[in-house]
Amino acid sequence: MPEKVLMKGNEALAEAAIQAGCRHFFGYPITPQTELAAYMSKRMPKVGGTYLQAESEVAAVNMVLGAAAAGVRAMTSSSSPGISLKTEGISYMAGSDLPALIINVQRGGPGLGGIQPSQADYWQATRATGHGDFQILVFAPSTVQEMVNLVSDAFDLADQYRMPAMILADGMLGQMMEPVALPENSGKTLPEKPWSASGHHGERKHNVVNSLYLTPQALESLIRDRFHRYEVIREKEQRAEEYLTEDADVVLVAYGASSRVARSAVEAARENGIKAGLIRPITLWPYPVDAIERAIPTVKAFLSVEMSMGQMVDDVKLAVNGRRPVYFYGRTGGMIPTPNEVLEEIRKIAGGM
Amino acid sequence: MDHLHLILAGFGGQGILFAGKVAAYAGLFDQKEISWLPSYGPEMRGGTANCSVCISNRPIGSPLVVNPNALIVMNRPSLDKFAGAMVPGGVAVVDSALIDKKIDRADVTAYYLPATSMAEEHGLRGLANMILIGKLFRETSFCTEESLWKAIEKCVPARKAEMLGLNKEALRLGMEYQG
Repeated sequence: MPEKVLMKGNEALAEAAIQAGCRHFFGYPITPQTELAAYMSKRMPKVGGTYLQAESEVAAVNMVLGAAAAGVRAMTSSSSPGISLKTEGISYMAGSDLPALIINVQRGGPGLGGIQPSQADYWQATRATGHGDFQILVFAPSTVQEMVNLVSDAFDLADQYRMPAMILADGMLGQMMEPVALPENSGKTLPEKPWSASGHHGERKHNVVNSLYLTPQALESLIRDRFHRYEVIREKEQRAEEYLTEDADVVLVAYGASSRVARSAVEAARENGIKAGLIRPITLWPYPVDAIERAIPTVKAFLSVEMSMGQMVDDVKLAVNGRRPVYFYGRTGGMIPTPNEVLEEIRKIAGGM
Repeated sequence: MDHLHLILAGFGGQGILFAGKVAAYAGLFDQKEISWLPSYGPEMRGGTANCSVCISNRPIGSPLVVNPNALIVMNRPSLDKFAGAMVPGGVAVVDSALIDKKIDRADVTAYYLPATSMAEEHGLRGLANMILIGKLFRETSFCTEESLWKAIEKCVPARKAEMLGLNKEALRLGMEYQG
């Protein structure tokens, strides 16, 4: 076990990406994500990699597209307004079946919004990181250590399923320091990418990486193939942590920073004699519907806790499908809910049962 | 102390974030769960700086300390902002060289020491933060002494090695301060 060090979430994400074999980073500074790019600018040259601060977010994401098409591990990172600019490139990558990692250290929106932590990009991450029929993998870490662990998983699964992956963090997780054990460079070989446009050396037909299909039949068939892949992912890649859910009357559902607040509220509720539990989605797409399903037989009500006006609550409702009441509590605009506020909501729900 | 929910607050440039990092590392060396969360953004630029540090035997929920049980303040606005939020029984350490106000609460224990002038007098300019950490340690035992020394050794970067002795001296001044 390597020695634990204190690292900011943003720096830990960057180092974890390097340890996962990423050697191509294209970015553009924005608070509260900037330490990630700054760390990359220092480290990448030392490991023989490329750090490039592009002229804009749009340029950066298209550089990621180009690098991914050439078959290398590539990534970009930004915060909410910057991610909006990157959505065009993400859609093109999804339409070209390209693996890449995009990190969103969320801040308050819409527009330039604010710079304090937020989870108001849930809909964007899980529904529309660009135009067209597609999904990307979305991971939601809640500790700095989990950020580190999910970076290499995200790269691996993106390669395996040939699609973009996102880590949806927030300003709190990016800025805070926690102890982390960094993975030793595993030295594992990255998967072969025989589809990549990396030079055929006269030995094979040239590969084409493209998202333009002018024949509707061809495009539909391609999208249907992609959706078959999504079905496999829905079946095999859901992740969630279930905490004190076995006997819980009220189950909170929360991810990322707000799940930390929710966990404290669950513990406080238990101390007050209320049987509360927590489902913490680790994948937001695929959404961990199986964890919700497991809770349904015993739970009396769900409470989605978010740093938004209520976005993930839609997925909780879809999974619950009317079988139990689903409540929502959130703060937005950079405000972070307190455990006491959440406890008060749990009390109200428990009192009404 | 079973768990420390510490807020350190003052102006940017007073070493607030660094002092918080030292406290956090001390907790880490004690094999505790810890978190460190800074204020960031315009709040920091030329204005107030603060950070939350949690040290606990259990996993840390929200790293944002709302109701601290320990407080280090290095300017008046911070005292006004955070003193009222302390939990009953909390411990405050106030730099009385910079703040002429007392905490008007009977249910918290406040220690006043002129850390900034003490630092000046001992040739430790800029290390009032460590004096205050030393005092907090003496009054709360939020970590073991061994871990606190280890933490300061960890946090002073190698390129500023000449600062290590001075930081230690400042810590010791705070630990030994009577009053």
